[in-house]
Amino acid sequence: METAKPRTTALKVPLSTYRIVQIILAVIFAGYLIWRIYQVFFVEAVYGPDTWMRFTIAGLILGGVYSLIAIGYTLVYGILFMINFAHGEVMMIGAFGGYFTFEALRAIPASTATNPDTNFLNAHPTISVILAFLIGMSLSSTSGFFLEKIAYRPLRGAPRLVPLISAIGASIFLQNAAQLLFGAQRRDYANPDALARGIGFEIPVGEGIVVLTYTGVLTFVLSIVIMIVLYFLVQRTRLGRSMRAVAENKPVAALMGIDVDQVISRTFIISGALAGAGGVMWGIHLGLVFFFVGFIPGIKAFTAAVLGGIGNIPGAMLGGMFLGIVESIGPAILGLNFQLKDVIAFAILVLVLIFRPTGIMGEVLTEEKI
Amino acid sequence: MAFLEVHDVHTYYGNIHALKGISLTVERGEIVTLIGGNGAGKTTTLRTICGLLKPRRGKVILDGEDLADFKTHQIVYKGVAMVPEGRGVFARLTVEENLDLGAYSRNDRATYASDLERVFGLFPRLKERRKQVAGTLSGGEQQMLAIGRALMAHPRILLLDEPSMGLAPILVEGIFDTIKDINREGTTILLVEQNALMALSIASRGYVLQTGQIVLQDSAENLQANEMVQKAYLGIE
Ligand SMILES: Nc1ncnc2c1ncn2[C@@H]1O[C@H](COP(=O)(O)OP(=O)(O)OP(=O)(O)O)[C@@H](O)[C@H]1O
Ligand SMILES: [Mg+2]
Repeated sequence: METAKPRTTALKVPLSTYRIVQIILAVIFAGYLIWRIYQVFFVEAVYGPDTWMRFTIAGLILGGVYSLIAIGYTLVYGILFMINFAHGEVMMIGAFGGYFTFEALRAIPASTATNPDTNFLNAHPTISVILAFLIGMSLSSTSGFFLEKIAYRPLRGAPRLVPLISAIGASIFLQNAAQLLFGAQRRDYANPDALARGIGFEIPVGEGIVVLTYTGVLTFVLSIVIMIVLYFLVQRTRLGRSMRAVAENKPVAALMGIDVDQVISRTFIISGALAGAGGVMWGIHLGLVFFFVGFIPGIKAFTAAVLGGIGNIPGAMLGGMFLGIVESIGPAILGLNFQLKDVIAFAILVLVLIFRPTGIMGEVLTEEKI
Repeated sequence: MAFLEVHDVHTYYGNIHALKGISLTVERGEIVTLIGGNGAGKTTTLRTICGLLKPRRGKVILDGEDLADFKTHQIVYKGVAMVPEGRGVFARLTVEENLDLGAYSRNDRATYASDLERVFGLFPRLKERRKQVAGTLSGGEQQMLAIGRALMAHPRILLLDEPSMGLAPILVEGIFDTIKDINREGTTILLVEQNALMALSIASRGYVLQTGQIVLQDSAENLQANEMVQKAYLGIE
């Protein structure tokens, strides 16, 4: 109904005090950053090139997972204009799905040529990993589907704050349900031996050796593949077209014969599958699973989605990668303790919301969305 | 029995009683027009017919079937297409994607290519711009796209909500010629217009709507000759 409005009206609007304060703060911050980068690289020079490489690789791997989860926030926001705060828990369910798949396969005895007395997990690591992803993704999809049906659909048409509160409630509910079912303890994500954490390709860089872990390669490559598949789904398929139509205008989409409720359900299923894949990757690569495991990556991915411009799919992909890298090299550059990496992510969220709430990709907010 | 029958329909927006007992019929192959001033309830009537709004009282019957229990997308599958007020093209999708969505409810994709050619035949401008994002089309081009998109569905009845709105007079004539052509090819048409003169010139019958009620219904010629219609809608003193 409405056409895209021009994005910036900066030239017409006189500089407000608020804007001036923003600019001054931005300049101070940028100056500080440049000074820190200079210090770290040329004055302190604590880290060699191998360390920087390690940071970057770790960041890219983490970034891939953030991207996958961030896409879920963005898809749902694009269609319902709500933040699905239970999305991190959907990821947690996927992580548990992969975990229990591994545990179950480990319990199945099997034999190979080299080892007659092993289990299915170690005898067939590829099939096991594929199964873990399929089961984790299906469980997450299913929970996304029911989440929408139970917690959001009845509130369609209510003021925007209402489904948001419902989402937070659903998030707490799912955390507690998981704690009740699986206990509060942190569980070791026991990969097949071939995919043990820490082992991988060894690449000499400078004076050191950088280990490109198998779990990291798997995580990164798979996240890229899934994102490419998603992109084709959205751009080239009938479902993708109907998703974009529903995102833009629900009544008119219905007038095309599109079942809007079904498209919304499928959006949650797709978002869930992506989060589930992210959850299994999280478990395989980082090695821990427990009821609260979705919370931090959930908020980080939300940050990534906002960073990329919520509602914008390529934005979520880039935002996730960016956040992963910043989080992993940020503490080194700012000279902070590495445990403060979460603080960096959340500082970014606050900064983006203050300075550029539309994100890097600057998704235009139409009247309907506000 | 008439092809489309709207029977004593009352539609509300919250507490606002927008339609206060509308009854109208459209026969197969007819062009019927619904005229009336701003806020009379024309758009509300069309939205009620295609299920975007549900009447609190009364019935909408299409080809003998009560539409009360069907959702909009199901009604579309029964052969109803609408060109919504203000065009409603998908601004971020290309012209071709918009047309493709128009054919969403078609089961046979076999005629897709020939349908597309037909739309491009009616609106050559769309063919030139098929890869362009619809939001960048001019207002008139968007109107062409909205009509073309509705045609892609091969509707049995086409609901048009002010297709002439905001168009240059020369384009308006073109659009009305096209509506006539579409009708000759066998599509029943319910046309909502503020441009009563044009609407009555192509319609066989008309209804005059005022504050949610039908105040007059007659053949198009009689309405054109009617003093009240002339005063209120044709600008003739
Ligand atoms: N979404 C809405 N919420 C509340 N009231 C509405 C809504 N849409 C329309 N109305 C009211 O219903 C009445 C009929 O509106 P409608 O849009 O059907 O008029 P219309 O005949 O199409 O007018 P126009 O020629 O200006 O398009 C008006 O009084 C209008 O204010
Ligand atoms: Mg109207």
